[in-house]
Amino acid sequence: MTFLREVALVAGKDLRIERRSRVAMQQILPFGAIVVVMFAFALDADRTTLPIAAPGLFWAAVLLAALLAIGRSFSVEEVNGARDGLRLTGLDGGSLFVGKAAAIAVELFVLEIVLGVAVVVLYDVTVRGLLALVCAALAATVGLAATGTVYGVLATGSRARDTLIPLLVLPAVTPVMLGGTQAFAEALDGSMSEAWQWVQLLVAFAVLAVAAGTVAFAPLLEEG
Amino acid sequence: MSHLTRRLFGLAVLVALAVTAVLALWVSPADAQQDDAVRLLYLHVPTAWIAYLAFFVTAIASILWLVPRTRRAEWDLLAGASAEVGVIFTGLTLVLGALWGRPVWGVWWEWDARLTTTAILFFLYLGYLALRRTGATADERGKRCAIAALIAFVDVPIVHFSVTWWQTLHQTGTVFNPEMDAEIHGSMAFTLVFSVAAFTLLYAYLVRLRLRVAELEEGLEDRALELAIAERVRTEQVVPV
Repeated sequence: MTFLREVALVAGKDLRIERRSRVAMQQILPFGAIVVVMFAFALDADRTTLPIAAPGLFWAAVLLAALLAIGRSFSVEEVNGARDGLRLTGLDGGSLFVGKAAAIAVELFVLEIVLGVAVVVLYDVTVRGLLALVCAALAATVGLAATGTVYGVLATGSRARDTLIPLLVLPAVTPVMLGGTQAFAEALDGSMSEAWQWVQLLVAFAVLAVAAGTVAFAPLLEEG
Repeated sequence: MSHLTRRLFGLAVLVALAVTAVLALWVSPADAQQDDAVRLLYLHVPTAWIAYLAFFVTAIASILWLVPRTRRAEWDLLAGASAEVGVIFTGLTLVLGALWGRPVWGVWWEWDARLTTTAILFFLYLGYLALRRTGATADERGKRCAIAALIAFVDVPIVHFSVTWWQTLHQTGTVFNPEMDAEIHGSMAFTLVFSVAAFTLLYAYLVRLRLRVAELEEGLEDRALELAIAERVRTEQVVPV
């Protein structure tokens, strides 16, 4: 029970910061939306190409916006000695990790809902297999948030953090990009059993990412 | 390793590579289907092997650094040196693969599982090298990099698995395949084995050299610190109290 309380405490802190500063709502979300619009320009707003490419474009937009959210989650820890404060709270490394990852996951999931609606409206996508879509999105989000949190803390304190995070995170989340895109494409296509197989892959990735992060986070937070 | 043995080692590597070139270009025959393009095999396979070997060594060195009982600064340096060589050889593998793919498959690039995984591997370890270059104390850097290396190492099989699922179109592995004789014969097999051995020597030589540079760099830092302290002591003494 204490573990969950601690997680809620850390996640609540991050989400409260986002609610008050409005960076996620007023910068990251609009960024994701403009990427969706840019993809339409890139493909010449082709009414036949866009619906086919929609799953991949959706996940590419989510990934790009996620990079901003991850960077943001760690830049708030660097002012006012927040990192030291966090260390001094005596919270367990594992719950700190899950808390921070959970806050990113919540933000990303909200972003995905908005971008999903944008893709359906702008790219003329017919929604099918909603349950598989939601499960795929949830699993992918957890995997993405957990991986991002690990690399976020790895890159903290470095002057090049903002440029380092994308280079570290994007190759590592290849399974999320592939799995998310394929799960969405199969579900929208009506091939439900294939879609669920990709959801399984996404769940496996999420479990591994959370496990790895929980183990690695505590030593990373300590001052070397 | 003394200066002389290092020189001799380097010489041995050079000779081995020269023999590989002779074997690959003149001794081994051209392929019935691929003609002379098959000779790229003797470069492509060894470079790929070195790339994987290098990242494996990085992972092992990172574990040795992380375990308190075996922790030594050298393991961190070895992990970094091996990863640097690995990234270069991964890049070479990709370029050579593209050069080979063009005449044989008709395209520079094919999105099959092994190629795609190798490309992702290249970027994963480029990120690792970038992480190594961020300023931090040696201990802090060692810890971060060791963890990053292990995460990358665990990530690779998952990436490979997902990409394999996504698409696969490559011929099956040859060198470590038990049915090797069925696919590759005589002087070709010998050339391949020889060239893998020669490149492994080259790898060992390059890592050794890179380690030496890293040690010298660290020595230089210590020396600079000593000089700065000496300078400070000298000037303080000059100032009248």
